Amino acid sequence: MTMPLMKPKRKNPVLRTRQMNLPPWARGRVALGMTAAAAEGRFELQVCKDCSAVQYPPREACHRCLSARLQWRAQSGEGTLLGTTTLHHSNDPFFRERLPWRLGLVQLAAGPSLIVHLHGEVGDAPAPVKVGARLDRAGQAVLIGFPPEGSEHMADDKMLREMTSDPKFRKVLVTDGKTAVGQAIVQALVKAGAEIVWVGHAEPWKKLPGFDDISKLPQVTLVPLDLTNGRSVSELAGEIGGKVDIVINNAEVHRTFGIGARRGTDVAKAEMDINYFGALRLAQEFGPALKGRSADGVTHAAAWVNLLSIYALSNYPPHGTFSASKAAAYSLAQCLRAEMRPAGIRVINLFPGPIDDEWNQNLPPPKVAPSAIASAIVKALRDGVEDVYPGDVAQEWLERWRDNPKVLERELAAGGN
Amino acid sequence: MTSRRTSYEGVAVAVPVTVPYVRYSTHNAHWFIGQALHALVEASGLAKEQIDGLTVSSFSLAPDTAVGVTQHLGLSPRWLDHIPTGGASGVMSLRRAARAVQAGDADVVACVAADTNHVDSFRQTLGSFSNFARDASYPYGSGGPNSIFAFITANYMRTYGATREDFGRIAVAQRDNALKNPNALFKKPLTLDEYIAARPISDPIHLFDCVMPCAGAEAFLVMREERARELGLAHVLVRGAIERHNAYADDPVMLRGGWRVDRDELYAQAGAAPADIDFVQTYDDYPVIVMLQFEDLGFCDKGGGPAFVRANTLTHDGSFPNNTSGGQLSCGQAGAAGGFLGMTEAIRQLTGQAGEHAVPGAKLGLVTGFGMVTYDRCLCTGAVILGASS
Repeated sequence: MTMPLMKPKRKNPVLRTRQMNLPPWARGRVALGMTAAAAEGRFELQVCKDCSAVQYPPREACHRCLSARLQWRAQSGEGTLLGTTTLHHSNDPFFRERLPWRLGLVQLAAGPSLIVHLHGEVGDAPAPVKVGARLDRAGQAVLIGFPPEGSEHMADDKMLREMTSDPKFRKVLVTDGKTAVGQAIVQALVKAGAEIVWVGHAEPWKKLPGFDDISKLPQVTLVPLDLTNGRSVSELAGEIGGKVDIVINNAEVHRTFGIGARRGTDVAKAEMDINYFGALRLAQEFGPALKGRSADGVTHAAAWVNLLSIYALSNYPPHGTFSASKAAAYSLAQCLRAEMRPAGIRVINLFPGPIDDEWNQNLPPPKVAPSAIASAIVKALRDGVEDVYPGDVAQEWLERWRDNPKVLERELAAGGN
Repeated sequence: MTSRRTSYEGVAVAVPVTVPYVRYSTHNAHWFIGQALHALVEASGLAKEQIDGLTVSSFSLAPDTAVGVTQHLGLSPRWLDHIPTGGASGVMSLRRAARAVQAGDADVVACVAADTNHVDSFRQTLGSFSNFARDASYPYGSGGPNSIFAFITANYMRTYGATREDFGRIAVAQRDNALKNPNALFKKPLTLDEYIAARPISDPIHLFDCVMPCAGAEAFLVMREERARELGLAHVLVRGAIERHNAYADDPVMLRGGWRVDRDELYAQAGAAPADIDFVQTYDDYPVIVMLQFEDLGFCDKGGGPAFVRANTLTHDGSFPNNTSGGQLSCGQAGAAGGFLGMTEAIRQLTGQAGEHAVPGAKLGLVTGFGMVTYDRCLCTGAVILGASS
C-alpha cells in the first residue's frame, strides 16, 4: 500500500528554493530507442528479426545470432524480482538528495535481466513484478518495477512522483477557459486533485456557455490573459509565474481554408499570433519561473503542455493555414523542450485529430470530444509521457506519417483518404 | 573439441613491487607507472633498456594507452600490450607476458598496473565506465558497483542461506592480515561486531563490504626461468593459468563465475588439487565474490561457501590463508592495481618476502582475477597457480 500523499505544508520563505540536479542523462544513440518509445508511454526492447531474441541493455547487434536486424518491440513487462537493494549512498547529486532509493534486479519472462527503479509496493525478492518504462527527470527512459496490481494511491509513490507530473496538489495555469476544450481541461484537473487552477480569459465581457460552471469551482481563479498581447502575458507572469507548477497552453485560433479560398493574410496572421507567437510569449514569460522551481518539494514545478494538432506533422490543405501555424508551434515546442529539459520540466505535446468543435463542423466523424482531450492531458501528466496523439484520426495519420510522410502528403492533398 | 594448450612451463615471475598507496593523489597515472618501473629497475638490477616487453593496465591513463607510456617514460619495447581489464588485468597480463617470453617475442616483460585517484575521479569513472553502465545501470541510483553487488549478495544470501556474519569473517580476517602489511591503508583492527554495525551503503552491502578507491601501483617482471636464474632474481614459476569472459551469460543473476568452466584444466596443468594449494589470493571487490571463488575453484561445493568460512580461519596463519596482504578490502583499491595486488602478494609469499604476514612453508599459491562490471555482473575471470622455485 502506498500512503496517500498529504497536502504539503506551506513553503518556508526563509529557506533557499532547492535547485534541480538532473539524474544522469547521458545515453548512447541506440539506447535512445527506449526513450523514444517511453516518450509515448510504451515499454519497448530490442527484438532480433532473425532469431527473435529479446535483449537488454540495447546493443548494435543481436547478442545471440549477431544479426544487425534489430527492432524495437513492445513488451508486456512481466517478470520476477531476483534481488532488491536500498541505496543509502549515491555518487550522483540527484539521487543523493533523494536517498534512500530502492532498486531491483528483474528477470523478464522474455529473457533479459533488468536493473529497475522499484515501486514501494513491490515486496522483497522473489516476487512477481511488472516492468514499465518511464521518462525520468532528465527526460531519458528508465525502467520501473511495478506491482502486478497497484493500490489506489500507487501514483503517490515517492520514486514514481519523481518521474511524473501528477496534477495532485499542483497549481496549474490553463491559458484559455472559454472553449469547450479549455473547460473540460479545467474540470479534469480539479477532479485530478489540482490545488489551484488559474484560467485565462482574453475577453471577459463575452458571456460564453459553460464559463459559469467552471468559475463556480472553489479551485478555479479566473485571470485576464491575452496571448496576443505581450504586456498581458507579462503582467500575469509577474503575478502568478512564481507559483505555477504546470502550464497548459490550449489557446488557439482555428479557421478553415487554405491559400486560394481566402484573400489576404489577416486570418493567417491571427492564427500565427495565437498559435505560434502566443506560445512564444507565454514561454518567454513563464518558462524561467517554472525552471527555477523544478526541485521545489513534492509539488515542484513539473510540466508544460502544448495543444498542437496532428496537422502539425503534415499539412491538411482544407485547413491549410491552421496546419502551418501548428507546424510552427510544434517546431517551437521542440525548442522549448530542449530548453526546459536541463531543469527537468517535462514538455508534453498533444497532437489531436479533429476536435469535435464548431471549426471542424464540416468534417466527418470520428472527432475527438473535448473531454477526451482533457483526460489525455491528465493521463499524460500522470504517466510522464512527452507526445500524445489522441483520437482515432490522429493515431491513423501518425501511423501513415511514420510509414511514409510523402505518401501521407499525397493522401492529405486528396482529402485525407 | 578445443585444442590442447601449450604448458606454461619455464616461465618465471619475479620482482614484485608496490608503489605505496595514498587515498588521493594530485599525480597522474603516468607518475605511478613511472615509479613502478623505477622500482622494478632498482630491485632487479636491470637496465631500463633490458626491459623489452611491457603491459600496462590503468583506468586513469586516458587519453593515452600503453604506447603513450613508452614515449612518456623513454622505453622502446619490442612487445607491448594494453590490458585495461581492471580486476582481471593481473592474471591476463601474466598470461600474455608468459606467452611472449616463451615465444621469444620478449626477454623481460614488465607488467604494470597503476591508477591515480583525484578527489572526483571515482564518480567520473562510474558513469562512463561502459556503454551499458551509461545506458542501463548508472542512471539507476548511481551507486556504482555497490548496488550491483548488493543484488548479487542478496540473491546469494537468499539462495544459500549465507548471513552477514559469514561475509564478515572474510573481511575481519583480511583486516587481521592487513595489520601486518605496512602498505595497507587500513591500520585499525576490525571486529565482527564493528563489521555488522557498519552503516548500510546499499543493502545488504555495508561499509566494510566495500573497497576504498585510492591511488597506487603494482608491478612484476615476467621472463624465462633460466633468465631469472642468470640474473639471480628470486622468482616463482607459473604452474597453470586460465581465463574466461562473459561466462554463464544466461544466468539471470551472478551466482557462479567463469573459473568453474576452466578449473579442471587449471589444476591439471599444475598437476595439483585444491587441497594442495597453500594459500589463495582471491579478487575481493566484495566478500560475496570471495565466497563464490571458494566454491567455483573447488575448495568447497556450490553453496558450501558459508559453511566453509565458518569451518576455516582465513588469516595468513590460519587453516585457509586468503588475501594475506589484507586484500583490497583492507589495503585499498588502487584502480587496476587492485587486479595485481594478489599477484605481487603471491610472489612475495613464495619467495620469502612476505614478512610478518607470511604463510609458513608455502609452496603453491593460487591467484585469481575478476574484472569489469559493464552491466549487471563481472565479465572477466581468471586464475593462476604459482609455485615456489625449487
